[in-house]
Amino acid sequence: MMIRLFVALLIIFALPVKAQEIVFGLDQESIGISATFDGVDLQIFGAIKRDAPLIGGDLGIIIAVSGPLKPITVRKKDRRLGIWVNTEASEIEAAPSFYAVATSAPMSDLLNDAEDLTHSITLPRVIRSMETIGGGTGDFTDALIRIRAGEGLYQTLENTISFRESTLFNTTISLPANLTEGDYPTRIFLTRDGQVVDMLQTSILVEKVGLERILYNLAHEKAALYGLLSLSIAIAAGWLASAVFTAFRR
Amino acid sequence: MQVYLPIAEISVNAFLLLGLGGLVGILSGMFGVGGGFLMTPLLFFIGIPPAVAVATEANQIVASSFSGVLANIKRKLVDFRMGTVLLVGGLVGSACGIVIFNYLRSQGQVDLLVKLCYVVFLGAVGSLMFIESLNAIRKSKASGGKPPARKRHNWVHNLPFKMKFRVSGLYISIIPPLIVGMVVGILAAIMGVGGGFIMVPAMIYLLGMPTKVVIGTSLFQIIFVTAFTTMLHATTNFTVDIVLAVLLIIGGVIGAQIGSRIGAKMKAEQLRILLAIMVLGVCGQLAFDLLLRPNELFSIALEGGH
Repeated sequence: MMIRLFVALLIIFALPVKAQEIVFGLDQESIGISATFDGVDLQIFGAIKRDAPLIGGDLGIIIAVSGPLKPITVRKKDRRLGIWVNTEASEIEAAPSFYAVATSAPMSDLLNDAEDLTHSITLPRVIRSMETIGGGTGDFTDALIRIRAGEGLYQTLENTISFRESTLFNTTISLPANLTEGDYPTRIFLTRDGQVVDMLQTSILVEKVGLERILYNLAHEKAALYGLLSLSIAIAAGWLASAVFTAFRR
Repeated sequence: MQVYLPIAEISVNAFLLLGLGGLVGILSGMFGVGGGFLMTPLLFFIGIPPAVAVATEANQIVASSFSGVLANIKRKLVDFRMGTVLLVGGLVGSACGIVIFNYLRSQGQVDLLVKLCYVVFLGAVGSLMFIESLNAIRKSKASGGKPPARKRHNWVHNLPFKMKFRVSGLYISIIPPLIVGMVVGILAAIMGVGGGFIMVPAMIYLLGMPTKVVIGTSLFQIIFVTAFTTMLHATTNFTVDIVLAVLLIIGGVIGAQIGSRIGAKMKAEQLRILLAIMVLGVCGQLAFDLLLRPNELFSIALEGGH
């Protein structure tokens, strides 16, 4: 016991001393998708711990919540023989199923391009595809961002973090109803003059619970049984409706 | 009331789904069609992923068809022998259809194929039925209400392997019903529907079956073909959403009971002309989608399906 405590203290003292550090909390560490799930508001709050008085430029906060990264294909329609058909396609190596980035001031004041590239903070940096390798975005990545933003899955929330006295901050990020399961890495960046001075990361577990969990597992692990169950429900419901209506007629 | 669907992975309004199920159920009971050709596009529209919509719809059609067929069996309006022959063709066809479907899905052209199938078949079937039933109504009015006897003999009746279908009052070769069943099976698997809207006219005009028997018999065949499709989707693509299915089924079976009672009170020509108008309406809507410039030219597909 004593030895463990001693080791712990050693580690703490061995860490490099930072001028500013973030401490933060979430109102929920995990999100359960139940049958009545209709999206959720995630509260993120915290403070900046300072050892020395503030010198230099203003501090800023950026919070990024991301869904699991998945490969996708984006297709484009074109007119062929008078009708609109899919012609070109672009493979996107990894795109988050959900991404929200909130800031305490306009993004361009808080973050320079080099730091964005290092930490992958803005959406064009998070999405990995042939088009985004050079740093820009092409038609297909733009379309992906546009479509998912329309569905509330990609959110850029500039100036939505309330940041008081360069010390206390808090914000709310709305997660939509069409969330997919997985680990949602949540990162908080403290910046000054476009540079990231501190970063903290945690992750929120989003998973189906209760009946949703049971049905999802059954569908994937015992597919034949699940199929038969679906069919029996259909047959039983069909018979029941017929029997009830016949009884009413007599 | 919002409900989260475990396989579709989206949250939708439960009453909206119950209502859609009920509406399509009424039409299904009235016309002896599964209603898939209406429901599948409606599910796309409210945001259900197409793969889940097609698979779950197959499961729902089982319920509404079963409910409808029971009502028809009581009134002795099901030709089981004809149904079985159609079914044999149907199962072969639906297995072929799924192979074609999976190939085109890998090429990214499945949406186009599905829509083109809808436009071509709904357009052809709808116009044919519309013209025919209009003529029938005009003639029955002119001859003082007596329906004209349909021509009973065409080339179909000169083929070998004849079989007696007592309920339909037919003595014909089993080759045409087998081919009809198979073609319908292929289209059913590709379009994610039961195929009643193609089979019903084929049975009336090609096989010469009486309209009243056609409805029960097509429902009988549809139950088995869609049950087979449901199992294929559930075991290979894992895309049957049981919660979505239950909501659609509850609305659907009630609607089908009401619909089959409305159908029993209506004249055959009236039923056919209404079905024709509905089929042409859906066809027109889909044709516009293909011909007009879409608002969003791009679409997103998850790799490897679900």
